[in-house]
Amino acid sequence: MPDLYVGSEADFDERSRKVIVKDGLEIGVFRVNGNFYAYENHCAHQGGPVCQGQLFQKVEENLAADRTSLGMKFSEEHTHIVCPWHGYEFDIETGAVPANRKMRLRKFEVKLRDGDVYVEI
Amino acid sequence: MAQRTEEIQEAPIQRIDVHTDTREILANARQQALERNYQDYVIFDIDSHHVETVHWHEVCEYIEDPVIRSQAVTSQKASPYGLIGDRGLSYQDVGGRIPHDTARNETVEETDVHRDVVLTRRAMESIGIDYMVVFPTPMLSLGTHPQLHMEVLLGRAHNRWMVENLLKADNRIKSMLYLPISDPVASLKVIEDFGDEPGVIGFMVTSVRNKALHENQYMKVYAALEERGLPLAFHGGYYWHEPAMALFNQFVGMHCVAFVLWNLVHLVNWVLNGLPERFPKLKVMWIESGISWIPFIMQRLDNEYLLRSSEAPALKRLPSEYIREMFFSSQPMERNNLEALELTMKMMKAETQLLYASDWPHQDFDLPSTIFDLPFLSDTAKRNILGETALKLFNLDRPNGK
Repeated sequence: MPDLYVGSEADFDERSRKVIVKDGLEIGVFRVNGNFYAYENHCAHQGGPVCQGQLFQKVEENLAADRTSLGMKFSEEHTHIVCPWHGYEFDIETGAVPANRKMRLRKFEVKLRDGDVYVEI
Repeated sequence: MAQRTEEIQEAPIQRIDVHTDTREILANARQQALERNYQDYVIFDIDSHHVETVHWHEVCEYIEDPVIRSQAVTSQKASPYGLIGDRGLSYQDVGGRIPHDTARNETVEETDVHRDVVLTRRAMESIGIDYMVVFPTPMLSLGTHPQLHMEVLLGRAHNRWMVENLLKADNRIKSMLYLPISDPVASLKVIEDFGDEPGVIGFMVTSVRNKALHENQYMKVYAALEERGLPLAFHGGYYWHEPAMALFNQFVGMHCVAFVLWNLVHLVNWVLNGLPERFPKLKVMWIESGISWIPFIMQRLDNEYLLRSSEAPALKRLPSEYIREMFFSSQPMERNNLEALELTMKMMKAETQLLYASDWPHQDFDLPSTIFDLPFLSDTAKRNILGETALKLFNLDRPNGK
């Protein structure tokens, strides 16, 4: 199976995605922090269309040195793709649920070649 | 070797939002239905919802009191007239992460039936459901209304709206109508007025209410339901203003406990006061509390009862034996520990007592695959939970070809 041509790198703005279909297989390709990630559009929870969900920064508890809570904050490091069916959150870098890393999305390799984006299936 | 190909298509929906068609949102559910051959199974959904506040002005037209109806219809306020609810605290969509729970603003071109009929049909056909029981949403808090007469009036108005707009439009859509149980006389009239309407398969008590439902004043209501052979459902809900619930600082904690709490309280009272002995033919079911609480309360009640059986003299058997004869809806089914789930289903006799529920379009909805894919259930058990038990319980026609 040849690598799938997804589009030009220039097609992808930061935090944009393209959901493609190949013989019934749906794959979401994302560009986040300049990097590309690709996952099957099938949530590890109930099979929802996770790649058609929204990107959110991970929410973290903002703890002070004395262990009191200062409330919540958005992570500057971790971005999540959130399944629109039930809100399951997956780290866009790993495809795993942070609190249960055994739950993860099916990941595909993304290849960049001559300014174009390909997915290996 | 990488190569360009023209065979790749872009999915028609790149990002699901509040305008996305139900059939697009549930496209993966449709795929599951095809892969699992749901066409060979009866699938009955005991719990789905519509959002009545979207059409509240229509519901108000059915208020029977002419003065209150006039006030409700004339009022131009944006908030739904007379309706109590946690509208500003409705965090179910997790800050917009779950768009279908935020709003469903999809296009509906059909004009021969109400918009909610179309939305219900789209969900049924996508998920693979033969019969869908529809309940309201914010009205699940109506049992906390400070004005008893408004609970009765609004409950009756919504019942009439349901019958005229949903139930008469499609015989695959069913409901257990709102019973304003806090007023037993009014409840009796609701049973008399609506019990024979098309699509009415029982009545529903919104569990969130601080009334002791085993008290004598309610017995005539249960007797009327038993006599008519109509099941009684208790539908869980939340009420953040309940003092103990106000200890939770986030929706997740409050929702987790509250949706079990009132069903738990009413079930304990139901059992310990011997209601199953008094109404042995009345079918009772508990909706939308999940199922992990059932083995907890079975064990705890048996233990406590045996220590103090003189305080529950109406019982002739262990509390758990009565609970095992009740019916429960499956959703939101706790599935993260399959060993615990298997034991739960064994303890509650899920094969004959559990009914599949989707809770669509709420944020914690379950698909039939949550039952179908369980590795420890027999095919008979799956069929029963997904629909066969409900067909018998509600005495419904078998869908064509099934």
